[in-house]
Amino acid sequence: MREAMDPWTFVVASYAIGVGATLGMVGWSLLTMRAAEKRRDESRKR
Amino acid sequence: MHGFANPARFLRIARWLMPLCLGLGLVVAALALAWGVFFAPAERLQGETVRILYLHVPSAWLGMAGWMGIAGASFTELVWRHPLAAIAARACAVPGAVFTAVCLLTGSLWGRPAWGTWWVWDGRLTSMLVLLFLYFGWMALSQASESSDGSENHAPAIFGLVGAVNVPIIHYSVIWWNSQHQAPSITMGKSAMSGDFLWPLLTATLGFTLIFAGVVLARMRAILANQQAEARLRRKAFSEVEF
Repeated sequence: MREAMDPWTFVVASYAIGVGATLGMVGWSLLTMRAAEKRRDESRKR
Repeated sequence: MHGFANPARFLRIARWLMPLCLGLGLVVAALALAWGVFFAPAERLQGETVRILYLHVPSAWLGMAGWMGIAGASFTELVWRHPLAAIAARACAVPGAVFTAVCLLTGSLWGRPAWGTWWVWDGRLTSMLVLLFLYFGWMALSQASESSDGSENHAPAIFGLVGAVNVPIIHYSVIWWNSQHQAPSITMGKSAMSGDFLWPLLTATLGFTLIFAGVVLARMRAILANQQAEARLRRKAFSEVEF
């Protein structure tokens, strides 16, 4: 007997994880880059 | 290659290449995923769950490519002492680990409706999980060696090269051992997959690869900027002590 499962639940969960992780990683890498370059520029001024 | 050894020259290139890779990658990946979800057909046996393919395969490729990036940069660091090689290796670690985790999670979500189980301890799944642990170990070792006395430490580079042995194990695991996971559908120059699935998959792979490259360049810029700020602050602290 086959278990009745809605395939879209698994598809939506996969896309939420994949897209969320990718966008989170892009955002985090841009923010840390900006913060590090700001820190370097400030250390030049001091 | 040594032409890029100058951090100033690298930064000049990374300043325009990084936003280009990220912008283009996000657009291409978004279009490919929309193609896969809304326009590509459902598969005859797997039905709608085949749409997980367009995320799962690019993340598996980038999980392995990330470690090959670490191994290549480690080799360059050990052999040619390239000043940016260790930075490139460190920059590959986080995106590589993220895509490996995405591959494992989406694979598990695909396995439940396709195989009737979230997880099996077979060669492909276990070697991919080992890759995630290798990333964690490499990041911890890299962090520890950076925060030590500041002298040259090649332990992460050696670990990066040794860990690369896992990549062919992942690739050939479905051929060497009986596996719940299917054998490769795409090999050099030929594909067992219909063009209806193959083209959105290749487009998604290109998009995510560009995103990966953009993130690596952003991480390299961040690591380089932090090192330059640290060096400048250290020089200032020494000069204040002397006078």
